[in-house]
Amino acid sequence: MKNAAQNAVTATSSVLRTIGMTFMHSFRKRDTVLYPEEKPYLPPRYRGRIVLTRDPDGAERCVACNLCSVACPVDCISVVKTEDETGRWYPETFRINFSRCIYCGYCEEACPTYAIQLTPDFEMGEFDRQNMVYEKSDLLIAGVGKRPGYNFYRVAGMSVGGKDKGEAENEAEPIDIKTLLP
Amino acid sequence: MIFGVSEHEILSLVLTALRTLVILLGCVIMAALMIWIERRLLGLWQDRYGPNRVGPFGSLQVVADMMKIFFKEDWIPPFADKAVFVIAPAIIMVTTLLAFAVVPFTPTWTVTNLNVGILFLLAMSSLGVYSVILGGWSSDNKYALLGGMRTAAQMISYEVFMGLSLLGVVLLAGSFNMGDIVESQRGMWNVIPQFPAFVIFLIAGCAEIHRAPFDLPEAEQELTAGYHTEYSGMKFGMFFVGEYLGIVLISCLITALFFGGWLGPWLPGFVWFFLKAFFFMCFFILLRAATVRPRYDQLMSFGWKILLPIALLNVAITGAIVVAQS
Repeated sequence: MKNAAQNAVTATSSVLRTIGMTFMHSFRKRDTVLYPEEKPYLPPRYRGRIVLTRDPDGAERCVACNLCSVACPVDCISVVKTEDETGRWYPETFRINFSRCIYCGYCEEACPTYAIQLTPDFEMGEFDRQNMVYEKSDLLIAGVGKRPGYNFYRVAGMSVGGKDKGEAENEAEPIDIKTLLP
Repeated sequence: MIFGVSEHEILSLVLTALRTLVILLGCVIMAALMIWIERRLLGLWQDRYGPNRVGPFGSLQVVADMMKIFFKEDWIPPFADKAVFVIAPAIIMVTTLLAFAVVPFTPTWTVTNLNVGILFLLAMSSLGVYSVILGGWSSDNKYALLGGMRTAAQMISYEVFMGLSLLGVVLLAGSFNMGDIVESQRGMWNVIPQFPAFVIFLIAGCAEIHRAPFDLPEAEQELTAGYHTEYSGMKFGMFFVGEYLGIVLISCLITALFFGGWLGPWLPGFVWFFLKAFFFMCFFILLRAATVRPRYDQLMSFGWKILLPIALLNVAITGAIVVAQS
């Protein structure tokens, strides 16, 4: 009997306490971010709209290696390769279907030249699905993106004017990637 | 004289009809506004905003929702019992609106000054059970049927304590007339001498209109949507407006029976009634925001083993005191 009375008191007071606690939430700050008026902060590494960047000299970084296309789990990237007069590879078309893209960032990880990068922008809504397909002209930006000062060919070397890698004046030998020795 | 009826009689008839219409519309509009108020208040108590885009503070959200629901396809499942399926949502609207007929908003503003007002109320709220049971049964869906069955048991058992808790009030007032009951509270609101009855009526009323925490008939987590699983469009909307009408009705009843109805200083009677009733509408929403749903057997044993004895004791003690005083 005493236990039952105790239980009744505990149960009643716990219900009343819950109601009181919930009511006290009237005076708390609301957690909602009123989105279109108040934009939330997105960190630089946020995975949003994909761009193609240029190196500091203003040339395209992309070498049309197709690694991003291969890495893409939903096959939304399509690249067609072409060459310029020196034999350097370029993408002739670079097409990303953003209505398929899942913004996983695997393309950015796969890219050997830091050309393809994800940016903190997600406001890409369209009324027509076809407008979600971005061509190379839509993707290519003027800047260097998240890698300022990086130029793939300055690091990797390049054969110029009949001289192979490491054969030009004051140029270091290229790293032998077939050996483990330093 | 027109058709043997005096002009005075016709005038009073027209006035009554107008008054009825105003009360009817007022109740339905209040019920519709409750949807918005509930969403805003739930938002407030869950540290978010709720609808705040359509109109000032989102108050036109209801209009937008209504427009959407009116233009929705009025679909009846091919396996459903058509006639019953269509009638079910209308029943809850009709019974709840009929119950408003005896609610005394002010000394003059009531549809009918019935001398067995409380009995009429209880009868109407009992008939409301049909809506849910028939809706659940005619849907031919196991979740709907389970929801309907639960409602039957829940509403019928809580009906008992609801009636018993009101007996104390009736004893104190010496009348079943709602207006007389309000007048009898001129000295002291019924909530003070009849506090246990008030608590029981609050709980039973909450169960009667199957609001959280007693929303077992539509417990989303276990029964999809309970008795209205198969309903869509305006028929679904009727169930919902019926439920919100129920909140308004129970709040009005608590106000009239326990908190002195229109009685209050300075302000006109209607304002007092509205303020008191509005407080309880908000309280029902707070209950939904705060409390958890009991298990079905807990609900039953709580009703029959705890509320029924308390209600009976309350009636016995009140009766004894009334007899001793007279």
